[in-house]
Amino acid sequence: MKDLNRRGFCSIAAGGLASAARHSVAAGGARETRTNSTQTTGSDAPIWDLHCHFSGVSAETVEQRAEQILSYADRMQIQRLVFFMGWPWSKYPKPQEVRRQNDQVLSVLKRWPDRLLGFAYLNAQYPDACLQEIERCIQEGPMVGVKLWVAHKCNASELDPIIRSCGELNALVYQHTWLKVTGNLPDESTPMDLAELAQRHPTVPIVCGHTGGDWTRGIRAIRQTANVYAGIGGGDPSAGFVEMAVRELGAKRVLYGSDAGGRSFASQLAKVYGAQLSQAEKRLILGGNLRRLLTPILRAKGVKL
Amino acid sequence: MIVDVNVNLMRWPFRRLPFDDTPKLVRKLREKGVTQAWAGSFESLLHRDMRTVNSRLAAECRQSGVGILVPVGSINPTLPDWQEDLRLCQDAHGMHVLRLHPNYHGYTLDADVCHAVCALANKRGMIVQLVLKIEDERSHHPLLRVPTVDISALEALINKHQGLRLIVMNNYGTVRGAALDRLVKAGHVYFETSHAEQVGAFEKLIKRVPYERVLCGSHFPFFNLEATLLKFQESRIGGFITDAIQHGNAQKLMQYAAEGSR
Repeated sequence: MKDLNRRGFCSIAAGGLASAARHSVAAGGARETRTNSTQTTGSDAPIWDLHCHFSGVSAETVEQRAEQILSYADRMQIQRLVFFMGWPWSKYPKPQEVRRQNDQVLSVLKRWPDRLLGFAYLNAQYPDACLQEIERCIQEGPMVGVKLWVAHKCNASELDPIIRSCGELNALVYQHTWLKVTGNLPDESTPMDLAELAQRHPTVPIVCGHTGGDWTRGIRAIRQTANVYAGIGGGDPSAGFVEMAVRELGAKRVLYGSDAGGRSFASQLAKVYGAQLSQAEKRLILGGNLRRLLTPILRAKGVKL
Repeated sequence: MIVDVNVNLMRWPFRRLPFDDTPKLVRKLREKGVTQAWAGSFESLLHRDMRTVNSRLAAECRQSGVGILVPVGSINPTLPDWQEDLRLCQDAHGMHVLRLHPNYHGYTLDADVCHAVCALANKRGMIVQLVLKIEDERSHHPLLRVPTVDISALEALINKHQGLRLIVMNNYGTVRGAALDRLVKAGHVYFETSHAEQVGAFEKLIKRVPYERVLCGSHFPFFNLEATLLKFQESRIGGFITDAIQHGNAQKLMQYAAEGSR
């Protein structure tokens, strides 16, 4: 595994990526006329990816899947990756299945402790089991956040103990949201649902996953709720998304994530690299914000930053 | 050297895009190493006066994009006398590429008008770009929901118009699996890259589609230009294939069309 240290990332700003690309292209025996395509990083920030899965690659074990995804992440100079949910996915997992999926994530955290972070997957239909899983995976384990998907609307009161527990542990909450004109899944949350939840827990940071997909509405829905962060991972690399998020929320409330391997790191990084923002703003979005939000829990676990 | 076969000028009807001003768009293309961009017009989606859509596009390319922007005319074959629009595209504006939006214009791929426009384009040696979608269906304006093009009749269309050079645009898994394999074998069908997804997207794409049939496309300025460009970094496809996708394949296609128009 390549050691991606601070020096390595600093070299990106000096053209490190372009040089690496030139080298690989030259090795392929062709001219060096295409390398402008790689000079697009526009940032010297260590990149932390909030949103990764075991999808988009073919292998029998999650360890093999994570290894493949890490090899692509290396090419894009991504330092840390947050994994959540196991493989295969389940929309309404029973507690036993939740534990199985979290065990899969725990297994890859053990293998790559310096590269990977993990969030515990929860199904809020089973609130007691959720609390047990938070205790097992976060309080007593290495995980640093929770992931809630589409099993339960997030504005329901069943989520309150979960969010309180995360607040006590400084664990980050990631809630999938979407606003589909084609119709949401029966229990799929919207950014409006999430804002309701977050207003009941104003000191707990909560990530609005996908910013509702239809981000032009999603950003507005979370604008007045200061503890809600826009997760930009997943969805098309539509131009203007990140600029609007920064304009309406401020750069400190916008978090890069990819939704890899179902999405490419490239298309999702492009949302930030292609945005008309300052380098300082891009640094925050690409990793600075996530690092800041996770610093208390990582320090509590003795992780060196 | 990069030829981007999937760019649009003018205004997307539903919001301003950061690079929808043509001089600014051209500066960005140059900055990122794009040497030629095949540019259609967002106006073609909803306007009915297609003649002025295409003439404005040609003028915009001349005015702000000499040496880099190649205008791509749009044809709506449901309009009366669309044949004159097509003739003007080639004869008056020197266009070699046509863009079709069957979903925005309201016809299917097995419709007589679709066969007619493909037949005429083939006869004139013009390249046809078939755009499957512009925006994620889940995020459309509620009063203008436009389904992705139904491609079930695409293979029959290709089989009927042998020799037609057709580029499938904005393919986010609409054409896939066995249907994709059959299309590749059926005729001169090409695929551009803007919607190729998953980690290592291009590695996977060229396992399924011969690299000679893959063209660099960005869907810029609707998408960030960097999205497609960075995929060359994420995928290890080698310099020879990278060259072919970034410019060689598009140049050969354009050469074919230019020779056909003589």
